[in-house]
Amino acid sequence: MLHIKCPHCGMRSQNEFSYGGDATVKRPELNKEVTDQEWDNFVYNRVSPRGKHLELWQHLSGCRQWIKVERDTATHEIFKTYKANEEIA
Amino acid sequence: MQKYSIFSLVKNALTGHQNWDLAWKDPNPKEEYDVVIIGGGGHGLATAYYLAKEHQITKVAIIEKGWIGGGNVGRNTTIIRSNYMHDENGLFSEFGMDLWRKMSQDLNYNVMFSPRGIINLAHSDAQMNAYARRGNSMRLNGIDAVLLNREEVKELIPMADFSDNVRFPIFGGLMQPSAGTARHDAVAWGYARQADSMGVDIIQNCEVTGFDVSAGKIKGIRTSRGNIKAKKVGLCVAGSTNILAEKLNMTLPIETHLLQACVSEPVKPVLDKVVTFGAGHFYISQSDKGEMVMGGDLDGYNSYAQRGNLPTLQHVLTEGIAMMPFLSKLKMLRTWGGIMDMSMDGSPIIDKTHIEGLYLNCGWCYGGFKATPASGWTFAHTIAQDRVHELNAGYSLNRFSTGHLIDEKGLGTKTWIS
Repeated sequence: MLHIKCPHCGMRSQNEFSYGGDATVKRPELNKEVTDQEWDNFVYNRVSPRGKHLELWQHLSGCRQWIKVERDTATHEIFKTYKANEEIA
Repeated sequence: MQKYSIFSLVKNALTGHQNWDLAWKDPNPKEEYDVVIIGGGGHGLATAYYLAKEHQITKVAIIEKGWIGGGNVGRNTTIIRSNYMHDENGLFSEFGMDLWRKMSQDLNYNVMFSPRGIINLAHSDAQMNAYARRGNSMRLNGIDAVLLNREEVKELIPMADFSDNVRFPIFGGLMQPSAGTARHDAVAWGYARQADSMGVDIIQNCEVTGFDVSAGKIKGIRTSRGNIKAKKVGLCVAGSTNILAEKLNMTLPIETHLLQACVSEPVKPVLDKVVTFGAGHFYISQSDKGEMVMGGDLDGYNSYAQRGNLPTLQHVLTEGIAMMPFLSKLKMLRTWGGIMDMSMDGSPIIDKTHIEGLYLNCGWCYGGFKATPASGWTFAHTIAQDRVHELNAGYSLNRFSTGHLIDEKGLGTKTWIS
């Protein structure tokens, strides 16, 4: 069982959360010419690293906010959690 | 190679089983090979076998980081089927069914193929309509499919919950009578033994650390046991595809996820079919030892840990108990996890890459085991001929950018879509 510290509500069990995937993926800029390759990278292609992974979770059965979680994909260790709009150094 | 038969069994029994040949050798890597297959799982071993058998390419090495058959070919729920609606999946899998039927004779190794039939349960009128459509598509592709009504299902699996008061009543089901199960380890070992006998080097405990690519062409690989030159390299490393792709500066339409399975304590024969729950993701069969073999959803988040978490297991088994209430009385014997290549449309990739001489076999999602022979056969063809076979033409890498997705169930990395 993962325990995720929601930045709004505190430490909660993984049962309250829903996974949203890689948080580093950026949607192509609006009002700009976007190539097929850029769309492909945004929609489908993922690095899926072994180790540290910054990912989106939604606190679905809680405050319903999207958050960012930095987690190790091999050990499941959670290093830090952030609000969705928080800048990450 | 020593042939296995009733006579060799009797002869070796009389000498106390001391004189059996080793099933495969343990060679050191040579300096150069025509083809190097990375990954000694079912698909890698099958690929090497068909390279030697169908294409007479025997200067082949299989490079395995751990031991052969230690990954997903030893971690699955052994289900074999071809009950797909789309042509790409149906024709590919049905080609595989033919190879499964002949496999024990072909490999001189008993893989205990048991075509006991698979039933997908339907729990609404709409689902019955969808299954009728899928069944018709299957039959058009020459795959056997039978639409069952509630009474017919009850006759086949009376232990399922047919009471009036259930959340998801059983309306009927779609059965593929020729589907079934096989002994998964035997598949890996059978392919390994035959490939070895035809000259393939099976190199275990050898980790690939990098690739030598120059002028857009593969030249060889770097491993923990030295550099190996190769004219062609094939990747068959489900669960580690993203790791090796990163070393090649490739980003693939794949995420690595964890899938769990479990078995109960052994019980007397109760279930002689493979059954799947239609209102969720749960499947069950009974092994020859009597254990109920069960599985279902991904854990749902990127993972390279070959172990899972309890919430998913609880979710999956709740569905199981809803379908077959007697399961609640059983004790769990074992649970385990394997790491999957989850492709974005839920269908696999067997293709060439932008690097000349580098071939990709990945993205098997939930269905890698049953595809073992067809995947090996088509991948061997793709490598040997340097072009895809019509059976795997749909499994292209560029289908995501061109929009030719194979959305059988759309069941890729996003478990909530189902």
